[in-house]
Amino acid sequence: MSLSSDAVASPEALHVEGIRKSFGSHEVLKGIDLTALQGDVVAIIGGSGSGKSTFLRCLNFLEHPSAGTVRINGEDISLKPDGHGNLAPSSGAQIRRIRSRLAMVFQSFNLWTHMTLLENVIEAPVRVLGLERKEAVLQAEDLLNRVGLGHKIHEYPSFLSGGQQQRAAIARALAVNPYAMLFDEPTSALDPELVGEVLKVITALAEEGRTMVLVTHEMAFAREVASKVVFLHNGRIEEQGAPAELFGNPQSERLARFLGNFQ
Amino acid sequence: MTDAAKPALQPVSVLAPTKAPALGRWGWIILGAFAVYAATTMRWDWLLDYYPKLLWGLLATLLLLVVTTALGLAAAIPLGFVQVVGPRWLSVPARTFCSIIRGTPLLLQLWLLYYGLGSVFAANPEIRDSALWPLLRQAWPYAVIALTVSYAAYEGEVFRGAFAGVAKGQLEAAQSFGMSRWHIFRRIWLPQAFNRALPTLVGETILQLKATPLVATITVMDVYSVAAQVRQATYLTYEPLILISVIYVLFALLIQRAFAAFSTTRYMRSPR
Ligand SMILES: Nc1ncnc2c1ncn2[C@@H]1O[C@H](COP(=O)(O)OP(=O)(O)OP(=O)(O)O)[C@@H](O)[C@H]1O
Ligand SMILES: [Mg+2]
Repeated sequence: MSLSSDAVASPEALHVEGIRKSFGSHEVLKGIDLTALQGDVVAIIGGSGSGKSTFLRCLNFLEHPSAGTVRINGEDISLKPDGHGNLAPSSGAQIRRIRSRLAMVFQSFNLWTHMTLLENVIEAPVRVLGLERKEAVLQAEDLLNRVGLGHKIHEYPSFLSGGQQQRAAIARALAVNPYAMLFDEPTSALDPELVGEVLKVITALAEEGRTMVLVTHEMAFAREVASKVVFLHNGRIEEQGAPAELFGNPQSERLARFLGNFQ
Repeated sequence: MTDAAKPALQPVSVLAPTKAPALGRWGWIILGAFAVYAATTMRWDWLLDYYPKLLWGLLATLLLLVVTTALGLAAAIPLGFVQVVGPRWLSVPARTFCSIIRGTPLLLQLWLLYYGLGSVFAANPEIRDSALWPLLRQAWPYAVIALTVSYAAYEGEVFRGAFAGVAKGQLEAAQSFGMSRWHIFRRIWLPQAFNRALPTLVGETILQLKATPLVATITVMDVYSVAAQVRQATYLTYEPLILISVIYVLFALLIQRAFAAFSTTRYMRSPR
């Protein structure tokens, strides 16, 4: 059920069905379906331990789901049992190709610390996508400028603030021209005064029509940028809908209580 | 020296000394003064007879050091890596190898190889007739093997820690961009592990240098064995030993310089 007004025109960027995941006997995800059309911004909210990160990591198979299907940009990821009761991509080439266009932004930035910002940003375009180095450098300079780091391109990550590192990580993600961007609590590791600068960058991306799946605890931000909000509870989608409805008029008791914590 | 002023918890600062010259100004002055003293009051006439031998010995020591550290490093990287990523049938033998070699004296390994394996080879007609025999009947291949194996085992352990210490999130980020395993290893994991290992490697390589005189016990003519010869022939005790001590100190300095050139600590945030 899509809520964007031009749903008919937008093809699916991401479509998953029946995602389940257990760690040992602990079932963390209990069957999740989700569709993101191109240009959608899906915000995933929910309490700690509800499975948000696990779900996001199942989308690019950093985590192997126990069951389910994942389709990215119309292409089904082919899967096989991994021998531990989970599903692994059956083609290394296919999953690498799909991953290379599904950029992920992590809570702890995870920039490569032995590379300058510029090197961080051009690494995947040059060495995974095969872009000409010169071209990649031009593009990287442009992207780093856009996130306000044009003056830091030859700096190493550990010399930057958390906010700067996260903006660089976003530039690195943008450099692969992603089908969809996956954010896992991009501002949770930041000092409060640095949160705003990162949210501003993400908001700009939403406005230019980037497809994003975004795990966040920033409710005001989710309400502002999301086209759809998904509330996860205990490994299930408890409620989902347009942000105005979901935040303004929560149907389930649990969601109402969860939102109450943020007031 | 300014280190004392810095806060206690700072893993990065360990890296800094690789860049500083190891002999300060006073070190050189004392060394110089001693050289003058030694030159004026001791006997050095034997140098005229022995300097060609000494130079060959010097070359042998240097070659032994360079070759065995290079080969040892090449082996240490996979030895450390498989202990971190497995599979078990590789990690267990690697760990066992490192423990056994690190747990036994190098002198023993050297003798086991040279006198043990060497005599087995000598007793085996097939090996005596093989093309390798001219090599295997000499002492230096055994020296190279023993020193390489020892260095590999110690540095295998260093690299195990270095590989394990690279932040998992950075490897996941690499994975999430569709990099292949080999790409991740070569571009992300290995460079960072190497940088982590580097400060330790400097010290270990100096230890390796100081282990080389052991090869004299299996008749390899390194610089130490030349000094021992001089001592026997001339009854001079101190002069040859002092000379080679100075040589070892200079070699150690050279090692530090060489590693400093490799050092890529620039990306590390220096502790405030
Ligand atoms: N590798 C793992 N092994 C075992 N259990 C795990 C693993 N990863 C996650 N879990 C468990 O799965 C559950 C969901 O974790 P997940 O990280 O997805 O939650 P989350 O919604 O992202 O929480 P948070 O808001 O704290 O980030 C938790 O109970 C967690 O302990
Ligand atoms: Mg999480």
